[in-house]
Amino acid sequence: MVSVVYEAPDSIEGAVSLLANADVPAHVLAGGTDLIIQTNGSSDAERLFVDIKKISGMNEANLTDAGLDLGPSMSCAALTERSDIKAVFPGLVESAWLIGSTQVQGRASVGGNLCNSSPAADTIPALIANGARCVIAGSGGERVVAVEDFVTGVGQNCMEKGELLKVIQVPKPAANTSDAYLRFIPRTEMDIAVAGAGVSVTLDDSGTCTAARVGIGAVAPTALLVPDAAAALVGSALDEAALQAAADAASAASSPITDRRGTADYRRQVVGVLVKRAAAIAAQRIKGS
Amino acid sequence: MAKSHVSTTINGEAVEFLCEPGDTLLDVLRNELQMTGTKEGCGSGDCGACSVTLNGRLVCSCLVLGVEADGAEVGTIEGIGSNDELHVIQQKFLEHAALQCGVCTPGLIVSTKALLEENPDPTEEEARYYLAGNLCRCTGYDKIIRAVMDAAETMRGGA
Amino acid sequence: MSEAQEFKYIGQRTIRPDGFDKVTGRAQYGADLNLPGMIWGRTLRSPHAHARILAIDTSRAEAHPDVFAVVTFKDFGNVQSEKINAGEGAADMLDLARNCLADDKALYHGHAIAAVAARTERAADDALALIDVKYEVLPPVLNVEDAMKDDAPILHEDQFTQGYEETPSSPSNIATRVEMKIGDVEAGFAEADVVIEREFRTPTAHQGYIEPHACTARYDENGQSMIWCCTQGHFDVRTSTAKLLGLDLGRLKVIASEIGGGFGGKTVVYQEPVALALSRKAGRPVKMVMNRDEVFIATGPTSAARLKAKVGAKKDGTITAMQGWMAYEAGAFKGSPMMPGVMTMYTPYDCANLLVEGFDVVLNKSKVAAYRAPGAPQAEFAAEMVVSEVAEALGMDPIELRLKNAAKEGTQTIYGPKFKAVGLVECLEAARDSEHYKSAVPEGCGRGIASGFWFNIGGQSSVLINMNTDGTGTILEGSPDIGGSRASMQMMAAEVLQIEPSCLKPIVADTDSLPYSEGTGGSRVTFATGMAVIEAATNVVTQVRERAAAIWNVTAEQVDYADGVATNTAGEDKMTLAEVCEAAKKTGGQISGTGNINARGPGPGFAVHVCDVKVDKETGKVDVVRYTAIQDAGKAIHPSYVEGQYQGGAVQGIGWALNEEYIFNEDGVMENPGFLDYRIPLASDLPMIETVIVEVPNAFHPYGVRGVGESGIIPPLAAVGWAVGDAIDRKVTELPCSPPRVLSLIQSG
Repeated sequence: MVSVVYEAPDSIEGAVSLLANADVPAHVLAGGTDLIIQTNGSSDAERLFVDIKKISGMNEANLTDAGLDLGPSMSCAALTERSDIKAVFPGLVESAWLIGSTQVQGRASVGGNLCNSSPAADTIPALIANGARCVIAGSGGERVVAVEDFVTGVGQNCMEKGELLKVIQVPKPAANTSDAYLRFIPRTEMDIAVAGAGVSVTLDDSGTCTAARVGIGAVAPTALLVPDAAAALVGSALDEAALQAAADAASAASSPITDRRGTADYRRQVVGVLVKRAAAIAAQRIKGS
Repeated sequence: MAKSHVSTTINGEAVEFLCEPGDTLLDVLRNELQMTGTKEGCGSGDCGACSVTLNGRLVCSCLVLGVEADGAEVGTIEGIGSNDELHVIQQKFLEHAALQCGVCTPGLIVSTKALLEENPDPTEEEARYYLAGNLCRCTGYDKIIRAVMDAAETMRGGA
Repeated sequence: MSEAQEFKYIGQRTIRPDGFDKVTGRAQYGADLNLPGMIWGRTLRSPHAHARILAIDTSRAEAHPDVFAVVTFKDFGNVQSEKINAGEGAADMLDLARNCLADDKALYHGHAIAAVAARTERAADDALALIDVKYEVLPPVLNVEDAMKDDAPILHEDQFTQGYEETPSSPSNIATRVEMKIGDVEAGFAEADVVIEREFRTPTAHQGYIEPHACTARYDENGQSMIWCCTQGHFDVRTSTAKLLGLDLGRLKVIASEIGGGFGGKTVVYQEPVALALSRKAGRPVKMVMNRDEVFIATGPTSAARLKAKVGAKKDGTITAMQGWMAYEAGAFKGSPMMPGVMTMYTPYDCANLLVEGFDVVLNKSKVAAYRAPGAPQAEFAAEMVVSEVAEALGMDPIELRLKNAAKEGTQTIYGPKFKAVGLVECLEAARDSEHYKSAVPEGCGRGIASGFWFNIGGQSSVLINMNTDGTGTILEGSPDIGGSRASMQMMAAEVLQIEPSCLKPIVADTDSLPYSEGTGGSRVTFATGMAVIEAATNVVTQVRERAAAIWNVTAEQVDYADGVATNTAGEDKMTLAEVCEAAKKTGGQISGTGNINARGPGPGFAVHVCDVKVDKETGKVDVVRYTAIQDAGKAIHPSYVEGQYQGGAVQGIGWALNEEYIFNEDGVMENPGFLDYRIPLASDLPMIETVIVEVPNAFHPYGVRGVGESGIIPPLAAVGWAVGDAIDRKVTELPCSPPRVLSLIQSG
């Protein structure tokens, strides 16, 4: 069993310092829904947990004229309750609502989901679709990384030792823009995504798509931004042909594996279906609002 | 390794305990505090048998560290109902035969209470999704959902 | 029994007597007992699916400062091969021992090799890493096709196939071959206008009880040893453990804790003998609780199976011949439920020509255990799918075809007896007449119907009813209550004694307090233990009449007992039950009644289910949108818990049909040993499960009871499987109907 050292600093600096100076494997504890399970199965003799939830602002979200500043350890349940955020980023909030059970959402956070860097993370394709950025704090100051560049491999991200995700910034969407996130699981809840797709679209007054971003998950070592899928949507009225072209582009961009959750071929097909459906939902949201 | 000292509130009562920093809140409740009403079914957040509230929010106590309870308010099955009178939810579970083996029942009652505090008038679908993290292998959920809907109606005042 | 009995309490929906404790968290389950000085046991498990164990060195673990004891197979003493009654069906003692702790071979990934008891659970876990085991890794055998080959790696060099006229001279992974028949199937098929034959496959499925196996054991050299555990049969735990540790039965008390689900999976021992062996060595009480992954990899799921079914019928729907073949995975040791599979496969049909052949095959997976109607769901799945296809080929309604050929009173079963009154026809008629079946199949959906048959069992039950001086009483029974059976016992005793059920407290008594009782399984408790309760209560009534007679100086025959009151028919006297009990000290001492029986005549249980599913044609995802479970209860003692059995069985079957399966890698390691990826149904996956209780009384039970626990898991496999095929215009031949499989079926063109 891993011997855990637990620290709960009250400042970013304190957390950065603990992480930078750790002489055992150091982990940020946000909701802990991945970390505690991983630690139970780890062969590490000792681990440092740096609980960031006592740092001011880490559990909060601010919606401003510039967009959303999302504290990385705000629970998905708390985020889901924010109707103001849901009105602007319905797909992003849905992606948080889809993680695990009500109980898991009571602890799990978007920041934790991002930093755990699973290929199947639900919030990452939704963040990518919304052009979200990560503000990373370290002893040398802060840097900003686009979400699609943040995750570098299965369970790996660009953060160095001593760095901490400080805030997730989601820019305010242009007018007539909405998003949607869909994931496929065998049951209705509780499963890890077999495939996921986040889509953001902007329509002009005639209903023509003028901008789009498509993020897909669980079909490659990292969640992917798929410009070809977006390009297939832009300029169209999101008709069946354009949606199918976007679906095909997403399938083509994917490089899934076969595992206990699905076959590679299955995932490749289904991610296309999800892109198609999510784009249609996002468009419907604009038209319906 | 030195144990951590934790001061917390459980079901409204101030409680102090010592635990290893890696111990889960579930370990502490069951083994340290002998509060065995909270059950362990999986230890990985997949079954909901260990559901408790932490600062009013429904969580799996197997995914919370004992040390995180410091300064927090914890609610468990032992805090629902009293010797004299069961909570309406407990009563409805009994009336509807919403339990067979009963091992998932404490978690389901804690979760149902959280559901009805958040949403006093859930649709059947909302109730089913809110409770999706509480596995029951005996009942097929039918009678559980009926008990939840009946409890909701009763708590709303029989409207 | 009379056809139209009037009941005062039977059939009501009372509040269960153990309910308060269960909704408040007070009820104590397997892991909930802590004793002073208690330490924790953990199990070292094989990382290999098949390996010879060359050496086990426990010295480093024993040197760990927090470790009290380490045990291996050698600590069991001299175990002999012998048949014992261990749960549902007989088991070989030596196999049982070698499953609890491996002897010279590890036979599956997760097989217990050694166990450690230490001051804390963490220390015990840490010490496991200090046990050095030398393995010679052997090639694993992971499916029945491979296991049955002549050149397959052999698990047991001393196993020779039973069931042929001459036992073969070379060892085999086929433990047993069985053939049962009636009439001449070749002649039957020759008469048929339509013959359908298909092959099927079903996956390994786990009972999935929410409570992991758990026990606390305390060894006592003075003969007061004790085990507290969650089990379906504590008397059988005592038998197995006492044999393994060389104890007399009288020196071991087993207490059945509350049990968090079993479904057959808690009828055998895993940790209990190990914990007691650790306690014997450590001199302290030892608690052992499995992790969820251990439950999946190291306890018995039910068999994966390969099956063939062939059915022939005339144009008018008369089935002329039915033939079946099945190979069931037993896991590491012989004893799959192949035999009940053979016996049940076509038993819902009255057919003159039947031939079914079965094979029990060992391979490198955990030893299977009973799971709700063990063996029947797989076999009847194959049968029901083909029967539905025959109906389709004939252009006949699938219920009409089944009604035309339904088993009924007088039908000859393949396994011997002819049926007495059974309720299949009534169930089929109820299905046909249900709102569900009469409704149109929703747009884009498919519909399936299927029947299911299970024998139900009787067996030994012991009951003692102790009356208190105020007329209340305690019912001591030996059947662990998994689904509310104490309520039924209370109601049946109340019916006999004619007092309020709440006056009687049912207790699941320990093995010191009652004679032997068989475990809770085979849908036997409400039937058999219920009969024992009725007998014990009747015994109390007899004594009450005798005691009142003594007071009134009349004969017992002159005393009537009704509505809880004894009446002197030769005079004016009346005494309530409470008054008779209060006066007991003057009439010879306190009153108690026993009912120690071996119950015969469990009524077979038939079920018929109707299922509508919707299939997402682009993803292959299946949603059950409407479901109706119909089953013959004989007489429903507590209708709510009868419905609960139907609903729970249906949903377990739905899970098996849709998503549940063990996924192994090529080394025989299970890749989904948790509730995350072994996907049992969730509240959000399901509609309400509509139920119809059919009551065709069982003549052998005083109130007409048939067991209801098991039949309900049988029909869903084919009801769902057929509905899925109906929705996508394909034939389902393999379960589960998981999304990738369904999508590929859709795209198979």
